[in-house]
Amino acid sequence: MAGPRRIRWEALSLKFVFGLLAAIALLFLVLPTAVVLLTSLTSSQSLRFPPPGFSLRWYVALLDADQMQRAGLNSLIVAFWTTLLSTICGTAAALAIARSRSPMMRAADLLFMSPLLLPALSFGFAALIFINRLGLSPSIPLLVLGHAIVCVPFVLRTTLASLSQLDASLLEASESLGADRLTTFRRITLPLIGPGIGAGAFLAFMASFDNVPVSLFLADERTEMLPIHLWQQIETNLDVRTAAASGAIVIATLILMLLAERFAGLTRRMR
Amino acid sequence: MEADSRLVLPLAALFTAFFVAPLVVLLLLSLHGDIAMRGWTLGNYVKFFSDPFSYSILIDTLLLGVKATLVCLLFGYPVAWLCARAGARWQSVLVFLVILPILTSVVVRTFSWIVILGRQGLLNQIVMGLGLSNEPLRLLYTEIGVVMVLAQVQMPLMVLPILTVLSKLDPNLGDASRVLGAGEWRTFFRITLPLSMPGIIAGCILTYAASVTAFVTQTLIGGARLIYMPLDIYQQAVGANNWPFAAALSIIFMVTVMIVVGVLGAIGRRSEIHGRA
Repeated sequence: MAGPRRIRWEALSLKFVFGLLAAIALLFLVLPTAVVLLTSLTSSQSLRFPPPGFSLRWYVALLDADQMQRAGLNSLIVAFWTTLLSTICGTAAALAIARSRSPMMRAADLLFMSPLLLPALSFGFAALIFINRLGLSPSIPLLVLGHAIVCVPFVLRTTLASLSQLDASLLEASESLGADRLTTFRRITLPLIGPGIGAGAFLAFMASFDNVPVSLFLADERTEMLPIHLWQQIETNLDVRTAAASGAIVIATLILMLLAERFAGLTRRMR
Repeated sequence: MEADSRLVLPLAALFTAFFVAPLVVLLLLSLHGDIAMRGWTLGNYVKFFSDPFSYSILIDTLLLGVKATLVCLLFGYPVAWLCARAGARWQSVLVFLVILPILTSVVVRTFSWIVILGRQGLLNQIVMGLGLSNEPLRLLYTEIGVVMVLAQVQMPLMVLPILTVLSKLDPNLGDASRVLGAGEWRTFFRITLPLSMPGIIAGCILTYAASVTAFVTQTLIGGARLIYMPLDIYQQAVGANNWPFAAALSIIFMVTVMIVVGVLGAIGRRSEIHGRA
């Protein structure tokens, strides 16, 4: 009789321990986002938490923050071109890699994924030395090229994942019905892998918008990027406008995430 | 076939020109004494390995990655376990919560941790309110703080690969183990955990690689006193303007991270073969 009771106690204790650890983890996962949103709505001059009262004054103050706005615009421009470049090149490469078994393609795949594991700061510094040797100075196009390198892995991963789920018989059916390769790609392949590409493009956009290690070396005063600007604000004068800018970024991210979930099934594609 | 392979060329060209070439230049510069690259020397590497302070920074960084990865695994595995057991709808909600931090700007996340961990921050208010401590805990600018924040920031990288493996596990295996009289814990340690090894290893690789190079988190939470490799490289490159030495630091850092990742990957491949057998 002791057996089943012991087993039931064990089942409960496992559920309790795992449930508790998961609950703590989830709390800590959500906490910073909630804290940023609440802090940004404070009515006071300080970053005290919880705020003594709520107001939108710091969001209104953002309207006059010229330097921050310029940095934000730079970040958006770079993220846009980076997403375009890495999505086009990444999707094309994914098509080639998915259909080939040659060792060359395996090696290419490994090379394209390596920015995800290599210290990004080392790459940023290498890129600075490189453009310096070429006699170039930091500019938006160079930033886009640098960002594209670190953002391509996201597109490649989600696109390869959706290509691996593509039913080959659909392509054969299309071709046996007389469609040429381009038509098959446009009418069959692209609609089916579209959500995968979309999810990858979204991740690439966020990664570029958020990038510090590459921008740190490839941006200068003229091409200041938002994360770097905010970072310097945090290090020097921790003012509440930074919290408002952070809050705005969080809200925009949440909206984009919900859209990405709705149209590209984001949470399914991140696995 | 021929036409398909050519699709890889644009990306290959981009990577050759803007990834491989800069890394080659980085390596070459690290083997020279000045930026003009006159005369070959191993001086930068000799300087690094003969200076205990330099390589203690490397060791601190590698250990920081280990600590952050372990904390991440301890809390991340249960989250993945919970996600795998949740129904489809809840699973989407949970995964959404898990990926939320990685998509929120890293500077923003770190900033909110400063608000939480500071002397008068949320955590200290709770700790002191509950009477657990009479004076504020020092969390900001300490390694404990850095490990905590790294574990939170990189959590999605740990949870998602484990979740992938757990959701593919055959539930019959656990049932069989229980029917045969093994308790829940025994079933977990003997069946579920070994079978989820490939996901754990994949998660550890991603978390580790991201933690050691997390420049923003390390410097904002750790402050100027806690120096890790990324800050060291940045200070040598921009502060001291010693590019050749910074290049050598970068190469050493990259190679050691690659070695750790390679070793973890080899363990992962073995556990996968083991799991299939």
